[in-house]
Amino acid sequence: MSFINYASREINCKIVYYGPGLCGKTTNLQYIYQKTDPTAKGKMISLATETERTLFFDFLPLALGEIRGFKTRFHLYTVPGQVFYDASRKLILKGVDGVVFVADSQEERLDANIESLENLKDNLEEQGYRLEDLPFVMQYNKRDLPNVSSMEELRELLNPDGVPEYEACATTGEGVFETVKAVAKLILLELKKGG
Amino acid sequence: MLGPQSAFVMYEEELNQINEVLNKLLRDSNSKVIFLVDKNGQLISAVGETENLDTTSLASLTAGNIAATGGLAKLIGEKEFSILFHEGEKDNIHISIVAQRVILVVIFDQRSSLGLVRLRVKKASDELGRIFEDLTQKTEEQERSGQSQSPFAEITDDDIDNLFK
Ligand SMILES: Nc1nc2c(ncn2[C@@H]2O[C@H](COP(=O)(O)OP(=O)(O)OP(=O)(O)O)[C@@H](O)[C@H]2O)c(=O)[nH]1
Ligand SMILES: [Mg+2]
Repeated sequence: MSFINYASREINCKIVYYGPGLCGKTTNLQYIYQKTDPTAKGKMISLATETERTLFFDFLPLALGEIRGFKTRFHLYTVPGQVFYDASRKLILKGVDGVVFVADSQEERLDANIESLENLKDNLEEQGYRLEDLPFVMQYNKRDLPNVSSMEELRELLNPDGVPEYEACATTGEGVFETVKAVAKLILLELKKGG
Repeated sequence: MLGPQSAFVMYEEELNQINEVLNKLLRDSNSKVIFLVDKNGQLISAVGETENLDTTSLASLTAGNIAATGGLAKLIGEKEFSILFHEGEKDNIHISIVAQRVILVVIFDQRSSLGLVRLRVKKASDELGRIFEDLTQKTEEQERSGQSQSPFAEITDDDIDNLFK
């Protein structure tokens, strides 16, 4: 649920990065944080375990600039991907305006991707959302590794509806900004429709 | 009720009223900082000694905190915990839910007390509740009459692309 503030002429939107454990959600946010001008970003908050696994969420506020005199701000969140943190994932999804699914392209993570995507749909439905109705983009991450599934296979299993999709390597940043731009754009188009 | 997809809208008139209530609460409760956050972590307003505070981070963590305790509440069969209190060595945080949708956060030190903060928060919450009721009504009316005219209704692809230059 976006927040339109006529008093301060600001609009705030919430983007959630979803996907299985270790797929690279936190790495996406870290890269965006590192490469963003200090004036355009706030502090990045990571609520993580001692082994750097996301425990509750990562949070990164981004200011993109102005549209028609309104400052546009995006709040980027990641969920904890590990299966047993489902209760936390549901909380993070509240009020979401757009979703990025980060898939782990490695062959041995194919089932984990499918399971996580199903989990995303279930958790959204519980809150009265349908993934099909939300701004949604797919990122195939870790394309730099040798043991990855083919794009055809991933597309068929994870993106049958053909939402915007990007190949990425979050550690080097390839595809990272393309992904966030794509979902931000879909959100703004949704606002234009008067969502 | 507003649907899950519709935007949360704030107007100048209501924000002024809210700030009036918050500033009064700040004085009456002798507290340091007060801020109001929506349940999704968006900062609505902050008053008091906010200069050295990262209010954006505070807003997001407060919402996370309320969401997590709300989850705990459900697990034990409560609707929600409407008040949270964190005690520090110097500063304390009093967090409460107003009108079921916004979070009121009061930061205070030894110049005030939990009892006083509680008392004043209760009164301010009633007033804030009324303002948010009006706000919901106003938003719904504007939507119904079709004149909500989102400021984004007219934006073009170019406007959007320009953001990402
Ligand atoms: N080779 C390679 N490694 C990556 C890539 N993206 C992330 N990693 C590594 O994968 C590991 C896990 O990344 P995270 O970003 O912490 O994963 P996550 O999705 O946040 O995991 P959870 O917090 O448990 O859900 C880290 O060691 C990253 O450096 C990539 O594109 N290529
Ligand atoms: Mg993580």
